[in-house]
Amino acid sequence: MNQVATALGVAFAVAGVGALAGLVVPARVRSAAAGAATTGVGLAGAAAGLCAVSGTSWQVHLPNLLPLAGVSLAVDALAGWFLLLVGGVAAVVGVYTVGYAGQSGHGPASRTALAMLPVFVAAMLLVPAAGSVSTFLLAWELMAVTSLLLVLSEHRHSPAVRTAGLWYAAMTQAGFVVILLGQAWLAAAAGGESFATIRAAGPGLSPVVSGGVFLLCVTGFASKAGAVPLHPWLPRAHAEAPSNVSALMSAAMVKLGVYGIVRVGFDLLGGGQRWWWLLLGALGVVSALYGILQAAVATDLKRLLAFSTSENIGLILLGLAAAGLWAEAGQPAVAGVALAAALLHAANHAGFKSLLFCGAGSVLKATGTRDLDELGGLSRRMPATTALVTVGALGAAALPPGNGFVSEWLLLQALLHQAPGGGTVMIVAAPVAVAVVALTAGVGVATYVKALGTGFLARPRSTAAGRAVESPRSMLAGMGLAATVCIGLAVVPGVAAPALDRIATGLRAGSAPLPSSGVDVRLSGVASTISPLWIAVGVVGLTVGFAALARAVGRARRRAAPWDCGDGPLTARMEYTATSFAEPLQRVFDNVLAPEQDVDVTHPAESAYLVRAVQYRRRLPDRIEARLYRPLIAAVEKVGRAARVLATGSVHRYLAYMLTALVAVLVAGVIR
Amino acid sequence: MSAWVAACVQAGLVAAVAPLLVGFMRAVRARLEGRAGGRLVQPWRDLRKLLRKEPITPTGAGVVFTAAPVVLMATSVLVAAAAPYLSTRGPLSGAADLIVVVGLLLLGTVALALAGLETGTAFGGMGASREMTIAALVEPTLLLSVFALSTRVGSTDLGAIVAAGATDPAAVFTPASALAAAALAIAVLAEAGRLPVDNPATHLELTMVHEAMVLEYAGRDLALVEWASAMRLSIMLGLLANLFIPWGVAGSLHPAALALAAGVFVVKLTVLAGLLAAGEVFLAKLRLFRIPELLAGSFVLGLLAVITSAVLA
Repeated sequence: MNQVATALGVAFAVAGVGALAGLVVPARVRSAAAGAATTGVGLAGAAAGLCAVSGTSWQVHLPNLLPLAGVSLAVDALAGWFLLLVGGVAAVVGVYTVGYAGQSGHGPASRTALAMLPVFVAAMLLVPAAGSVSTFLLAWELMAVTSLLLVLSEHRHSPAVRTAGLWYAAMTQAGFVVILLGQAWLAAAAGGESFATIRAAGPGLSPVVSGGVFLLCVTGFASKAGAVPLHPWLPRAHAEAPSNVSALMSAAMVKLGVYGIVRVGFDLLGGGQRWWWLLLGALGVVSALYGILQAAVATDLKRLLAFSTSENIGLILLGLAAAGLWAEAGQPAVAGVALAAALLHAANHAGFKSLLFCGAGSVLKATGTRDLDELGGLSRRMPATTALVTVGALGAAALPPGNGFVSEWLLLQALLHQAPGGGTVMIVAAPVAVAVVALTAGVGVATYVKALGTGFLARPRSTAAGRAVESPRSMLAGMGLAATVCIGLAVVPGVAAPALDRIATGLRAGSAPLPSSGVDVRLSGVASTISPLWIAVGVVGLTVGFAALARAVGRARRRAAPWDCGDGPLTARMEYTATSFAEPLQRVFDNVLAPEQDVDVTHPAESAYLVRAVQYRRRLPDRIEARLYRPLIAAVEKVGRAARVLATGSVHRYLAYMLTALVAVLVAGVIR
Repeated sequence: MSAWVAACVQAGLVAAVAPLLVGFMRAVRARLEGRAGGRLVQPWRDLRKLLRKEPITPTGAGVVFTAAPVVLMATSVLVAAAAPYLSTRGPLSGAADLIVVVGLLLLGTVALALAGLETGTAFGGMGASREMTIAALVEPTLLLSVFALSTRVGSTDLGAIVAAGATDPAAVFTPASALAAAALAIAVLAEAGRLPVDNPATHLELTMVHEAMVLEYAGRDLALVEWASAMRLSIMLGLLANLFIPWGVAGSLHPAALALAAGVFVVKLTVLAGLLAAGEVFLAKLRLFRIPELLAGSFVLGLLAVITSAVLA
């Protein structure tokens, strides 16, 4: 029997058992059982993915499993990459969940939440494994519904959770409808609903059909991926969901939006016209910039991470857009590099973001707050968590020797390359894209310095932060697993080269991008080389060497009070907070962020020149949400209110409506 | 093997020359301002004195504070060893990449910024916040200049760019190159914390950027920070020199060629540093919130450089 089939079969079976266990076992061992099952599903899924990216493909059609279309599954190298990604994240989150959900029996440890967790992972594995439009849509909807239930785990806890659930439900369903329309149109035009049929017919479709399908699908997938301006659900859902669910959603689920774009754009439609990819690139640019700017000024740790997800999705979309443009310009080598950059960045982001969301969960559990302005001093209270989060932040900030750096380097190589055939569009678009990637990287570094520096270092800014205790072992183990993967991807990214080569050649979009990579990453078609292993060895080796030398020959270290300008000991209130750290950036990007600030000065009765109290308030609303979605929601509400006039409760009226509708249908049928 | 030796020699040379270069810049500045000024070796004497003193950690600060100077030094030494200052053939072709160099220098900045926040004082946080804001805004200019330089070679490998320039002078004297040089020069000023972006000689609360961040360092730690900062200035001036005046860099690893290249490199550094010091006499520090305008200007220069290089190619 095919290895992929065996592994996937095991994954789905374990998911079923896990869901059952989550429902029936007592609260004391429930999270352990469900966590173990989630890890099992993840490991089996990752094994299936590993077989698939190593060259084992598998497909099956089960006509009797469901009525009408049946179920068909098809796993190729591309699907394998995402199976591996989802499975890896699930394995990490499963271990983490055991400690995070705990034994309380409610919230993230409730029956529904824990039973849904393995099912959600199984649904996410089913999405890339789907081999036909109907199976894909079914898996997509299953993933949406299970994730919605998980987001709502703590709905008793705060009204913000319910609002987040509503936003997520509305946007994910709207996205589903758009994808449904697009894929149904595609299947109808191609004359069959299996991906194999569509793939054969795809390149021959008329430009109107393929362009329309691409637009619809990209809209739906980008909303799932959290690309700006289709993102408002993301900072809400990621912030309000339990942290293990946030990690699964941000690290794995949003990547399936990327998978959808690659599958439809490159595979089923077989590449396309220039405007598709320019549009996708514009989406990527806006997401990257807006996402990172919002993250830079966010003070809620999980909201910061959520907006950083939008940013990273923007970078991935930029890579896909570059791949499409170079493929269209007849440069398969560079297109392959761009595609590899996008896919590798997806994997890297899955690694560091699962780690960071788990870290945020540990902080939330230990202190009860996500507000960076109230945190601090955790490096002494929670040293292991701080060390693990540092690994994640290094990757997320895209600094060498972190894992994010390698994929951003690849992305820059694909964008920096000026090959013939690009034309004027590439001459202008490529530098703009490079500048956007650079600004994003720069602000990203500032963002993660803020998150790490004010959240974990310095002194605690609240009593809750001062009383934090280190997380239980299973949470640290889950995060340690993710950190190991991050370090592996950072030091020897060459291990992914064969898989990326296989995917790029399989998609016909590009030739093998990294054919001769080992320890060094060598590109085909671009003459640059990077050796992440040597960079890491150099940085770590020199640091350790200098530290040892200084300790050996220098004088001993002494502790003393910091400089307080002679005004007595400094208190925690005098520290820089996250808000004050981000203030210069907020001021520089004032026009984009449009903060709302109020300064109220109260004067004593005697004189208006004296000040009794100053009150300062600052809000940073999501401007796109306020300008784009609020009017839309208001309009929908208005239409809904207006439509009430039609439904007065009179039975006669309803009968008249039905008669009118029947007559209209009959007339329409006759005329046709 | 000899490539490794050459890299070590190069790192040693940069480490030795960097404090002298700072001393030279101070001397030029003092002379232009009509002062006598200190000796050329004064920064070295300061370093020697500081290295002998005990390091002091503020109460409440932890491992990040003690590790930051060492990380800063490690990244500076790594870049100084990998970049093509003496020879275009380094041992680590995968680390002499322009993007990697930018990333490594940024890593050093980040280490110091985290240390500034770790002290828990208002000065440390203020310096870190300002330094990171400037670093974030410099990044686009740096990478656009990289773009303009790499298009003519088809690679971001520093050795390849320098070697290509040395063999084909016509490729160096182009409008795109001039624009990129101007953009990169402004970025270098900002990265190295020189006037008009930051005043390395100030300790006034309101205007400090880099100095506020490292205010709590003393003794050996301070020596490492000062030394590494001087090296970063030399590293960036050296890059500027070798990217836009690529002659005199050895194409082989022959000792005589390397010795000649070392001489030429020191001359280039001295000239650039002298020009910078002379220019600083006539400049005042910009307000923090005017710096983005300066950097936006250099960004536009960088963008023009890229488009010019593509259009005229």
